[in-house]
Amino acid sequence: MIQLLQSAIVFGTVILFGALGEILTEKSGSLNLGVPGIMYLGGIAGLASAFAYESSTPDPNPLVCLLLSLVCAFLASMLGGLLFSFLTITLRANQNVTGLTLTIFGGGIANFFGGSLNKLAGGVGQISVAVTSGAYRTNIPALANLGWFGRIFLSHGFMVYLAIIMAIVLHWFLTRTRTGLNLRSIGESPATADAAGINVTRYKYLATCIGAGISGLGGLYYTMDYIKGTWASEGTIEALGWLAVALVIFAVWRPLNALWGSYLFGVLTWLYLYIPGLNRRSLELFRMLPYVVTIIVLIVVSLRRKPENQPPAHLGLPYFREER
Amino acid sequence: MRGITKTFGPVVANHNIDLDIREGEILSLLGENGSGKTTLMNMLSGIYFPDGGQIFLGDREVTIRSPKDAFDLGIGMIHQHFKLVDVLTATENIVLGLKEEGKLNLKAAAEKISAICQRYGFSVDPNQKVYNMSVSQKQTVEIVKVLYRGANVLILDEPTAVLTPQETNRLFDVLRNMRADGKSIVIITHKLHEVMAISDRVAVLRKGEFIGEVATKDTDPQKLTDMMVGRAVSLNIDRPLVEHRPIRLEVKNLTVKSPDGVKALDNVSFTACGGEILGIAGISGSGQKELLEAIAGLQHPLEGSHVIYYPPTSDEPIAGHHVPVDKKGEELLGKDPLQIHKIGVSMAFVPEDRLGMGLVGSMGMIDNMMLKSYREGRGPIADRKAPKVLAEQVRKELEVSTPSLTTPVRRLSGGNVQKVLVGREIASAPTVLMTAYAVRGLDINTSYTIYHLLNEQKAKGVAVIFVGEDLDVLLELCDRILVLCAGKVNGIVDGRNTTKEEVGLLMTNLRKEAQRV
Amino acid sequence: MSTVRHNEPFVRLVKRDGISRPKSWGIRIVAVLLALLISGLFIYSVTNLNPADVYKAMYEGALGTSRRQWITIRDAMVLLCISVGLAPAFKMRFWNIGAEGQILIGGCVTAWCMLYLGASLPTPALIILMAVMSLVAGALWGILPAIFKARWGTNETLFTLMMNYVAIQITSYCVALWENPSGSNTVGIINQQTKVGWFPAIFGQSYALNVVIVLALTVGMFAYLKYSKQGYEIAVVGESHNTARYAGIKLSRVIIRTMAISGAICGLAGFLAVSGVDHTISTNTAGGRGFTAIIVAWLAQFNTFIMVLISFLLVFLQKGATEIASQFNLNDFASEVITGIILFCIIGSEFFINYKLIFRKKKGGGKV
Repeated sequence: MIQLLQSAIVFGTVILFGALGEILTEKSGSLNLGVPGIMYLGGIAGLASAFAYESSTPDPNPLVCLLLSLVCAFLASMLGGLLFSFLTITLRANQNVTGLTLTIFGGGIANFFGGSLNKLAGGVGQISVAVTSGAYRTNIPALANLGWFGRIFLSHGFMVYLAIIMAIVLHWFLTRTRTGLNLRSIGESPATADAAGINVTRYKYLATCIGAGISGLGGLYYTMDYIKGTWASEGTIEALGWLAVALVIFAVWRPLNALWGSYLFGVLTWLYLYIPGLNRRSLELFRMLPYVVTIIVLIVVSLRRKPENQPPAHLGLPYFREER
Repeated sequence: MRGITKTFGPVVANHNIDLDIREGEILSLLGENGSGKTTLMNMLSGIYFPDGGQIFLGDREVTIRSPKDAFDLGIGMIHQHFKLVDVLTATENIVLGLKEEGKLNLKAAAEKISAICQRYGFSVDPNQKVYNMSVSQKQTVEIVKVLYRGANVLILDEPTAVLTPQETNRLFDVLRNMRADGKSIVIITHKLHEVMAISDRVAVLRKGEFIGEVATKDTDPQKLTDMMVGRAVSLNIDRPLVEHRPIRLEVKNLTVKSPDGVKALDNVSFTACGGEILGIAGISGSGQKELLEAIAGLQHPLEGSHVIYYPPTSDEPIAGHHVPVDKKGEELLGKDPLQIHKIGVSMAFVPEDRLGMGLVGSMGMIDNMMLKSYREGRGPIADRKAPKVLAEQVRKELEVSTPSLTTPVRRLSGGNVQKVLVGREIASAPTVLMTAYAVRGLDINTSYTIYHLLNEQKAKGVAVIFVGEDLDVLLELCDRILVLCAGKVNGIVDGRNTTKEEVGLLMTNLRKEAQRV
Repeated sequence: MSTVRHNEPFVRLVKRDGISRPKSWGIRIVAVLLALLISGLFIYSVTNLNPADVYKAMYEGALGTSRRQWITIRDAMVLLCISVGLAPAFKMRFWNIGAEGQILIGGCVTAWCMLYLGASLPTPALIILMAVMSLVAGALWGILPAIFKARWGTNETLFTLMMNYVAIQITSYCVALWENPSGSNTVGIINQQTKVGWFPAIFGQSYALNVVIVLALTVGMFAYLKYSKQGYEIAVVGESHNTARYAGIKLSRVIIRTMAISGAICGLAGFLAVSGVDHTISTNTAGGRGFTAIIVAWLAQFNTFIMVLISFLLVFLQKGATEIASQFNLNDFASEVITGIILFCIIGSEFFINYKLIFRKKKGGGKV
């Protein structure tokens, strides 16, 4: 049981980052289906930078490792978001098509370099970023040993708590700040926001890029903590990326819902280990649950038509003021 | 404002207009549809930039390039279409986009809003979400939004168009309070009784020109109507009289509610006869669109409404026009648009954007010709030969200028688009032909082509319903004119005997009783 | 006296009224060339190889031998089949992101037939049965989101996206169920000895049947969209729901019917992939092609013949990139990178087809 919750939290954190970034993006009216690609970019950038640093210095400093990979992951993901923004906002390309291309592209780049890194390091699983990965997984033993509570909640690396803080900050940002209010109004009705003197283009660019940066941290957490600083090109990040997109819907675009939703998804994902009588086949069906639940939420939301729970009204649509 | 001119392409919307707005005064800007009232005010609020002329605030010349510039100068405009975000609360909408110092404090903002409300006698719940609000509440939010930004000049574009009489009275009370507070208020309107009730001064525009201004106390509705509509212009449109005029369509107690719950049509009854053009006059948004849509099967009228169709037969009484027929008619309500179209009732509605309904912009003339007839013929393949012949015919007869029959109609000019639409509807050989704004934005010659087409249909015994904007045209083209006002039939007059003044008064709801034909 | 003038912005965008065909294709070709240039830079920067050599190797890899040509054709056909399936949905402006799932469901049904009916039915009957079953399965998978869209306006992009993962899990379940040999977590080649349910070779080519089926679909879909009554309805619904209602078209019926067709053809693509190509089923049977096909269909603007071109271009690139990877010791994913670059360039080029940039003319009086 304790182990279940523990792994649920670890798993949930990956998709939580992805979902938080995407919530920010979607609130500005951009539907970025490139989340998996962006998470790939974040993962590989963090890994590659840490690898480069660790293999160039005999005695790597954990803090430098941490900051370097964090910044690189964030920047690389933001570049992905920038590309998406440029194509969809400035060049007015279709968001779905651009997002899907970004997913292909991000996955390609990441696996290309990931494979090369593996080769450089001498084989799959041989990439040694022990110091960085260790830094990500450092916990405070005193807290981690506080009984069951400590083991479930306090035994993780700092990224878990960063994600929680981020969810709360994002919630506060969207509901309590002027900028957040402006952002939400853009996702709902860009024409109104424009008339109120808000720079729609700038907001959309920023929200999409920063959102991508946050999503990318999910990829970073996955490579550094979840698979302990290695690279495997088997498409897990992509699956997690789509799960993050699902989580956004499941959470009806609210960061705090995403917080508990992500852990719930985690529990649903690992629950099969703890249910007696499941064999390898039925567990595959069991893994369908998060998606089925998301579909049900999507349907219920559209049936109930409660305005607060709808997707941002202008989601996925381009906006440009007609020339007078 | 001095010498303000604005042109859109070849159309002069405002020509050399001088206008003064004074402190502590309510000014009415009066004019028919398309007289340039809104355009003029849009230049004051920064939506448009004037092509010529100057704007002074006090004795300082100012330039207003954006709504923000206008706000900074204390000018705020409340548009007909509210610009509010539905899922946000009143307060959130009001503070949206403001660059105030410090962090967002919705509580303080709500208090400030309450203070404004108290001062002028509004009632608004700062925490209510906009999607829960009635139209009048939304309007209140818009007004508070402008006041919150410290506006001293408020422009309201037809504020009462969407309000009930009670709500209108409440709004007027608020406006009077604001006037007492020294604010300048401009209301754009074409409702005379409101002008008389609320304003201190009236400025009248007609066809983009400034006609004059008078103090309200020195004038009366009749004088204002004369200023507004001008003298009747003779257009020399043919109006043959058809002897044989059987009843084709009988509309009884038709009531339609708009999505906001307001009655768009209220108990409308009339008859349309073959061999006759029935004009429908009224200020825009009086229910014309809903009326045609209800007949065409696109609306869901309330219980008790009837639209009864009497199909033509060979033994129709020759001189028995306008008398109830004893044979049984066919109820159209409840049928879908396709069935109604098959029966012979067709509609050519030219919406403001010309393409929204009735034509598919990305398709060429041929494909648009078959919009309602594509199911004809057997087999799964759509027949394009007949539509092609038809398109060729329409192109030739109506002189549609298009590079080819497959050029998307979106690329055609407005006049040509309308010809395609009207041409198709006529070609379907209807027994009832409804057109709305068929000549909107057309040049004179094309307009005459369309009038001629309608007269041809009438001569064939078709019942034509013509929704128009231009009173002069209605007066010369139509046999009878039905005047709609706020969803009600205000009167049906004989097109040959009536005057522009009479119709004008009916449109503006000044006289309830009119001679029935 | 200062007359303040409206300051014209430096660049203005004007929507083009229409663009001549050669010009629009010219823009697209420039985009592809630009993409090849960027990809060349990318390859050069990571490998220091001469891009010209690399492109030559790519050509060799995709079309160098007759076997390679056939593999390129075979894979292009599957991609084309999916794109053709998506065409009606997109023409209706219905975002069917769920091709991936529709393919897998079609594939699963096909594999089931091969496994369980292979012994009792002769191949021709089996192939027809599998085709029908995969059509039905794909159609059902496509109808579900369509019903909710038509009835309650449920967002179809997100719905179909989620359906993909449900299908993937069902496929995983089937793989575990049919595992062979046990413990391998793969199904293995089905009916390897008997070849029951495999596409027979015609004209001496084992993939000729694939080509015949898909080209027939391509032509059929082109005709369906362009000449049939239903195709006409789809076009009207895609343009404006209001106009459709005005013309008496039953919206929900058209939406559901069109998605059934779309899903069915994607399901058939699954049948092609399993019975005609892989002879096995795995979660990689679709292999992201459901997503790639979306881009193909969108770029072709619903014209199925243009889809042939784009499908070939993409598969050519993939095969070529795989070849470079093995020749120059890179890894396979280079092909995805190059695909991504090309797609980005083509997507971006659409802007220059739809809009004109007008630069401010340097004339006196432009400024104050």
